[in-house]
Amino acid sequence: MGSIQQIIFMVLSVVALASALGVVLSKNPVTSVLCLIITFFAIAGHYIMMNAQFLAVVHIIVYAGAIMVLFLYVLMLMNLNAELEPQKRNWLKYAGAISGGALLVVLVAALRDASMPALSPEANEIGLIHNLGLALFKQYVVPFEVSSILFLSAMIGAVVIGRKD
Amino acid sequence: MTLLSIDWFFLIEKILLISVILVLSLVVAMYATWGERKVAAWIQDRLGPNRAGPMGLLQPLADGGKLFFKEEIIPTSANRFMFVLGPSIAMVVACMTSAVIPWGGTLTIAGREVSLQVADVNIGILYIFAVVSMGVYGIMIGGWASNNKYSLLASVRAASQIISYELPMGLALIALLMTTGTLSLKTIVEQQINSGVYNAFIQPLGFLIFLICAFAECNRAPFDLPEAENELNGGYHLEYSSMKLGFFLFAEYINMFISSALMATLYWGGYGFPGMTSLASSLSPNLITIIGFLALFIKTLIFIFIFMWVRWTVPRFRYDQLMRLGWRVLIPLSLANMLITGAIELFRHHS
Amino acid sequence: MQPLTNRAKQVDRRPMTLAEKLYLPAIGKGMGITFKHIFKRKATVSFPDQTREFSPVFRGLHILNRDEEGRERCTACGLCAVACPAEAITMEAAERKPGEENLYREEKYAARYEINMLRCIFCGFCEEACPKDAIYLSETFAPANYQRKGFIYGKDDLLIPDPKAQGK
Repeated sequence: MGSIQQIIFMVLSVVALASALGVVLSKNPVTSVLCLIITFFAIAGHYIMMNAQFLAVVHIIVYAGAIMVLFLYVLMLMNLNAELEPQKRNWLKYAGAISGGALLVVLVAALRDASMPALSPEANEIGLIHNLGLALFKQYVVPFEVSSILFLSAMIGAVVIGRKD
Repeated sequence: MTLLSIDWFFLIEKILLISVILVLSLVVAMYATWGERKVAAWIQDRLGPNRAGPMGLLQPLADGGKLFFKEEIIPTSANRFMFVLGPSIAMVVACMTSAVIPWGGTLTIAGREVSLQVADVNIGILYIFAVVSMGVYGIMIGGWASNNKYSLLASVRAASQIISYELPMGLALIALLMTTGTLSLKTIVEQQINSGVYNAFIQPLGFLIFLICAFAECNRAPFDLPEAENELNGGYHLEYSSMKLGFFLFAEYINMFISSALMATLYWGGYGFPGMTSLASSLSPNLITIIGFLALFIKTLIFIFIFMWVRWTVPRFRYDQLMRLGWRVLIPLSLANMLITGAIELFRHHS
Repeated sequence: MQPLTNRAKQVDRRPMTLAEKLYLPAIGKGMGITFKHIFKRKATVSFPDQTREFSPVFRGLHILNRDEEGRERCTACGLCAVACPAEAITMEAAERKPGEENLYREEKYAARYEINMLRCIFCGFCEEACPKDAIYLSETFAPANYQRKGFIYGKDDLLIPDPKAQGK
């Protein structure tokens, strides 16, 4: 089983990393968005490799299918002429570099001590919809319902904002 | 025969099945263009195409040939890469959906059980949702890359329309999933065959909502605002010519075919047909499978006809009417449908 | 105001009933109508294979007639041009030379006879005015042309073929 999965893992990782770099490096915002979508697909591929089909599909539906469409929607309606783009201030670049670096340090520090045991066979099944449903509605039912209240409040907020007066 | 720990026969079988289904959906899409023109003509008391071949049956070939030989124009101000990417995405996404639809039971060929479904994933419906939600990118990117106000307007319309109608569609499906208890399309079909009751009778409101949303998702009239000819000069494919335009049009017909097949599968018993269980003892299983496939095909064609029939009957909605229908009517309706279904299911399980 | 026809209908401005608000019954009714039309007789005439009958009084393109011996009947009297309400006919008369008796029936004939088919209204007054039965309206219509001058029909367009030459 090893070799073909490893090959797929390598390909997916390379695609994910390359397109993630593309998000940051490309000049055109629309290209950035497209690269981000490709990244999402590569990550969904990783989910499928871990036998988490439900997670993979929901990842695509929610992120690539809904959120990125809204991103693209907004970007398309902006005037994207390169000449009109405001000059970025220098200190903004330094601030970005420093905060990004800080995030990297935090991540490395957090992951360095984390133990990464190999996935047990029963953990392999958790991504399937049946097990996921059981886990969500039995073990984690309170956090799940609390998060649904979050969504409800967001919806009510949208309705209030969207009213005519 | 295993190499790299892959069952090569399995791989070959799947590749064959995929190519057959691809060719099938392309041919159906081709002939759907012919059917559309015929149905439109009949409804308007005309004859329709009848010059190319008997009954005009070679018309799609003539149209396709014409599209291939037309001059390919890429506007100078357009973003070339994106401009080509748009129709490609539309076409690829349209073809991808057919992977999880069970086209029939199992055929036994030379001792091998061959399932007429490319992938029986246990999240079939969600897969279709994921792929359908990708479909909007083709239109959006195509419309934006054309660098034309009409195209941009059309792609904005398309994006908001498809996102708006995905919600009631999903909610209608959730009610269906509550009654079936599974996301696998194959299991849903088998449940309907075994019980003999099609889901459309269990979920009539859900089916109606799904049907309306399918019209909207396929950009078909009365929801064809993204390509409204007489207000947007053709909409998102205004700047397209040659086969790139053909891809957009083709993708629409493939989408129509797939969503018809999906509705037949989800709500009208898929490859099941009346009397299937009683015939199963007297006929060979292979024959049953083939009849089942034909049954699904006929159901699909009926739905395609309904798509066309509605298109040539109902006038196009205004944009605000479209949004009001989606958000103010269909979503509350499907929520209510979901609530009632949930209550009934709860009652059934407790008694 | 007095209505011109008795088909005028008062607009119904009552608020919509529930069935109307549902919109689906109306769609169903409309779809029933369109479905019925699928089986109706088609209005199409597949033109090149099948031509539509003209009415018996149809007035189409003009012809200039000949008599039994194949001589032109027109004597260029100009009555048709006078009768023409659209002023579509122009002609130039000439005297018959000796030896041309087999060509022209009368002593005077039309050397030039033109009808502008873009002006002509196909009223048939020329046919009625002609004392020599020389001009008739046939049962075809003017074919399309790329240029205006193609619609000015001269004598060679209008004259019917010589029956004697035809016989040979």
